[in-house]
Amino acid sequence: MSDTDVRLQPRKKGLTRRQKRGISRGVQYAVFAAAVIAFAVTADWGRLRNQFAQADIARQMFPDVITLALKNTVLYTLSGFVVGLVLGMVIALMRLSSVGPYRWLAGVYIEIFRGLPALLIFIFVGVAVPLAFPGTEIPGGTYGKVAIALGLVSAAYMAETIRAGIQAVPKGQTEAARSLGFSPARAMVSIIVPQAFRIILPPLTNELVLLFKDSSLVLFLGVTLEERELSKFGRDLASTTANSTPILVAGLCYLLVTIPLSFVVRRMEAKAREAIR
Amino acid sequence: MSRPEIEVRGLHKSFGDNEVLRGIDLEIGQGEVVCVIGPSGSGKSTLLRCVNLLEEPTRGQVFVGGTEVTDPDVDIDAVRRRIGMVFQQFNLFPHLNVTENLTLPQRRVLGRDKATAARVAAENLARVGLSEKADAYPASLSGGQQQRVAIARALAMGPEVMLFDEPTSALDPELVGDVLAVMRRLAEEGMTMMVVTHEMTFAREVADRVVFMDGGVIVEDGRPDRVIGDPRHERTRHFLSRLLDPAMAEVEEETSDQVGKSGT
Repeated sequence: MSDTDVRLQPRKKGLTRRQKRGISRGVQYAVFAAAVIAFAVTADWGRLRNQFAQADIARQMFPDVITLALKNTVLYTLSGFVVGLVLGMVIALMRLSSVGPYRWLAGVYIEIFRGLPALLIFIFVGVAVPLAFPGTEIPGGTYGKVAIALGLVSAAYMAETIRAGIQAVPKGQTEAARSLGFSPARAMVSIIVPQAFRIILPPLTNELVLLFKDSSLVLFLGVTLEERELSKFGRDLASTTANSTPILVAGLCYLLVTIPLSFVVRRMEAKAREAIR
Repeated sequence: MSRPEIEVRGLHKSFGDNEVLRGIDLEIGQGEVVCVIGPSGSGKSTLLRCVNLLEEPTRGQVFVGGTEVTDPDVDIDAVRRRIGMVFQQFNLFPHLNVTENLTLPQRRVLGRDKATAARVAAENLARVGLSEKADAYPASLSGGQQQRVAIARALAMGPEVMLFDEPTSALDPELVGDVLAVMRRLAEEGMTMMVVTHEMTFAREVADRVVFMDGGVIVEDGRPDRVIGDPRHERTRHFLSRLLDPAMAEVEEETSDQVGKSGT
């Protein structure tokens, strides 16, 4: 009884809620301003500009950075995505299978490839496999190797995404399809999977963004000049010119693709939220 | 009455330890309209879902059109083509428009060509009075319209039997009439229908027989004026009084007789 009385009493001393909020915000702005000023004063602007923003070095990178490096990055990413999507679909269906060993195998695959660094997979595909099986050649050369390495890694993530998407389709959809005479396989292909893909389009696009960045691991496969992608291209030029501008340009090229893609994902997610409402 | 269109013999169904159906025997003749009523958890939806094997019976047999549905070697997809089913939640395919909802099953399951499927779809949409919604997507339709499309979708497959699982329970009250009107016309056309419902007026006016279920058994089975108008059993009377005049019901203890989860 007595604490209700205390709560009802008007506050007599100390700051009000509004005053506290004002002070808190003031302090945050002050810290921010101090950090910006400190950086502007202490940074060696001439040196930074010299290292990262030399216009003639940047100019010298064009058009190869686009026509060769960015093109290869996109090619590596897309081929890895396609392999990952197909493999991921198979693994997701195995995970949902009524046959125990399939479920178990799919589970093992997912745990292994989600738990290993992508770099290790690249080394495995690029170095360990040729060493272990001399004479075997992965078709497509570097492109084939990258497609497989990126595909193996992304399949594990995509399998889990696809499985979640399939399970998110209401059970009534399967029942309706089955009651109309669809076989289980036909119901899955014609009714369930198309709806599942609508649900998982945003996370799949996210996976594409991740792959786009992971394609830089090609660096460790040892590629020819024509096979270089953005990171390798930037690094090579950085060492020949002894300047960091190429790294900055390569980075901007990544962002040229990833930022619009992320924007598209956010739009899709917002749209999906609207559709549910 | 010749050979029954639907025949259920000694049907039992358990979910784990929960025995939802405890020995059901039921015959539905060709062209007969049977309404199944009963409190929630009485097993009426489960019985309906056993007829097209959406639920696998624990024991007993089900025949539809002379084919044993419960035979492990039966081509269940072929049997289901002859049995149309309408769900409480409509279950239209949301990624397809109304016409595609009707044509896709015809083409994938019956192998009809595009033109035939489209013609049959248009006919059946006209039958439920929704021709003008042919290009609409399910999400843009009212519940009543969605349910009528679902009926048209089932009819487009040319079924010999129609099962209705509480078809109006998820609808706003003012939309129930349109769906019942479609079902009434279907009954008049001579369709064999098994309808799980709480719509007593529909049961009384359209059904040839009313089956009252409680606790996983059939308590009463007879003509609607008899079962609804002059029930023999106390359990039927009790249920009907609560249903017809819910405001007058007394608070009562839950009985262990109320088997099953809600909605079955």
